[in-house]
Amino acid sequence: MVEYFVIPAVQIVVVFLAVSVMVAYMTYLERKVVAFMQARLGPMRVGYWGLLQPIADAVKLMIKEDIIPAGADKLIFTLGPVITLIPAFAVFSVIPFSGSQFSVFGYKVHLYITDVNVGILFILALSSIGVLGIILGGWSSNSKYPLLGSLRSAAQMVSYEVAMGFSVVSVLLYTHTLSMVQIVEAQKNMGWWFAVIQPIGFIIYLICGVAETNRAPFDLPEAESELVAGFHTEYSGFRFALYFLAEYANMILISSIAVTLFWGGWLAPFPNVKALAFLQVIPGLIWFLLKVYFFLYLYIWLRATLPRFRYDQLMRVGWKFLIPVAMANVILTAVLRLYLK
Amino acid sequence: MPDLEEKIVAAPHTHDTFLDSSELIINMGPQHPATHGVYRVRLHLDGEKVLDAESFIGYLHRGVEKLGEHGDYRHYGPILDRMDYVASVSNNLGYVEAVEKLLNVTVPPRAQYLRVILTELQRIASHLLWLGTHALDIGAMTIFMYCFREREHVLNIFEKYFGARLTTNAFRIGGLQFDTYEGFEAEVLAFCEDLPGRIADYEQILTENRIWIGRTRGVGVLTAEDAIAFGVTGPVLRASGVKFDIRKAFPYECYADLDFDVPIGEQGDTYDRYLVRMEEMRQSRRIVMQAVEKLPDGPIMGKVTRVIRPLAGEVYHAIEAPKGELGFFIVSDGTTTPYRTRIRPPSFVNLQALPKMVKGQLVADVIAIIGTLDIVLGEIDR
Repeated sequence: MVEYFVIPAVQIVVVFLAVSVMVAYMTYLERKVVAFMQARLGPMRVGYWGLLQPIADAVKLMIKEDIIPAGADKLIFTLGPVITLIPAFAVFSVIPFSGSQFSVFGYKVHLYITDVNVGILFILALSSIGVLGIILGGWSSNSKYPLLGSLRSAAQMVSYEVAMGFSVVSVLLYTHTLSMVQIVEAQKNMGWWFAVIQPIGFIIYLICGVAETNRAPFDLPEAESELVAGFHTEYSGFRFALYFLAEYANMILISSIAVTLFWGGWLAPFPNVKALAFLQVIPGLIWFLLKVYFFLYLYIWLRATLPRFRYDQLMRVGWKFLIPVAMANVILTAVLRLYLK
Repeated sequence: MPDLEEKIVAAPHTHDTFLDSSELIINMGPQHPATHGVYRVRLHLDGEKVLDAESFIGYLHRGVEKLGEHGDYRHYGPILDRMDYVASVSNNLGYVEAVEKLLNVTVPPRAQYLRVILTELQRIASHLLWLGTHALDIGAMTIFMYCFREREHVLNIFEKYFGARLTTNAFRIGGLQFDTYEGFEAEVLAFCEDLPGRIADYEQILTENRIWIGRTRGVGVLTAEDAIAFGVTGPVLRASGVKFDIRKAFPYECYADLDFDVPIGEQGDTYDRYLVRMEEMRQSRRIVMQAVEKLPDGPIMGKVTRVIRPLAGEVYHAIEAPKGELGFFIVSDGTTTPYRTRIRPPSFVNLQALPKMVKGQLVADVIAIIGTLDIVLGEIDR
């Protein structure tokens, strides 16, 4: 009873809250980092150095008037953000935050909700549902800019998912497992992170990850200057906040997967090197978060630096460059694995 | 106006679309973040491809030309500040020179040099604003903040000299209202020292950037013939390969004594226009530095009567404003009030090339092209 209901429930609540807080403070981090890169200060007024800004924003969005445009399809319009948000959070159930376990009242508790034997497949399947909410949101708004934005978004996410899948496969060829925990343990046994063994796969994953989350320089679906706000132009208040939450949760998710697959998850750098054993003192969860925040920083860095791709260029990069390279990489890896065995 | 609009809607342009799908008509503006003001362009889209574009202007019409026919010649200056509000110094220069031409007044050399320094600083400020907003439209948001930081230096100098940052108005018919303040030259030179490094920073982010080149190379191409046919002037014309700059062709003020180059482009695309404007900023800096060095002493006001009453006649005078040829046509009937003032704003004429430039491009390019034309709606609608 306790093992199957209470502990998972507590874990789910903790992970949900932790991710929500991370999302809220991700917006703060983004605003601060971009501000510093742009020679300004960013939020400074609400709380010490603007630290309460995310909370003020959340409160503001929640108490805003809820507007549904007259021409919109009410049911789908309300459903859209929910469909996007739920998968974005649900996927965190299989992310291994740390490998260590401890016991509470005699029960073993892991620092992840569950370890499914099809973990990565589960993630890829679930995160693809998110795009459905974006299409529905854009379509049901019954307005032209959201429609264009959601169509762009759908095309972009679908095409980059292919290359991303291939880059994941290049890792799976080494691990022989889809379980997220075992993927990390495989890196421990090999002594190397997969980013070193599979640099091409890693870079492709990184590019696709940025494209998947609609972030700069691939932020076409919500290209402010062209499509006003893209698929969520007609959304305001709390529904807008849900889309926003989902986008940032997806960023954290993509970073978490990148860390798990390519950067050794909760492992310290070079886990088998004796001279670096002192790094093990830092708990796995901290290592995991450090790595995740590095990737999140990378997202922000890219946003502050690069101009935006155009739609056709984006498709060209995806289909004519990334997918062939990713496929070649998988085939090459498979052949090498077979011969070196 | 409503009748006219209905007529336009009633007779829609139809185009052949890919797969015979219906064409999508979207209104970009007047409240759109990237149309640089209250400008509306109606786009006929086939998917993401632009089939046609129609401009709608007039949302910022304030009757500037009509206002010139009231009050006397001196009263018109402050109104003109509100025309191209990011380059108000140039507006004033064009007007006072036109009236001086009508009156046959010569301006003392010190006033001429100061006018050149201030208008060239204004050109740099205007180009910085253009670069920032253009890059922001294409998605490079950091450049925007950097450009504003540098523009701030120019505006600080203006604030000290003119007493205003945006609607500067110190050029008087016959000279200037104020002499320089203490430390003016030093501040201008300090800005000039600072500028090349800053421009190099922008270039480092953009010029070699593959995404930037991809977004601007071959986008919105305007051939030299088309540019001349449309009457396009300024950096847009020069980027198409036509070496025409009023400062060189018909030198006014003391430009004949100053040494500077006129950069031109080759292909007439958005990337060339970007390069031309970047180079123009460096050339303006050169002009400012020379003018500060040569700045003569002497009076700042020429001999002008207390009441300005030109003889009956007409005059057209054009200057090279940051955006192109800014011309003033003034008809005098011999009274203290202009009979007619007509303004040729560069943005208005340059905007005519937009439908031609966007045809066949993608939606994202429309934004890039509006940005590269560097329009200011205060000047287009007047």
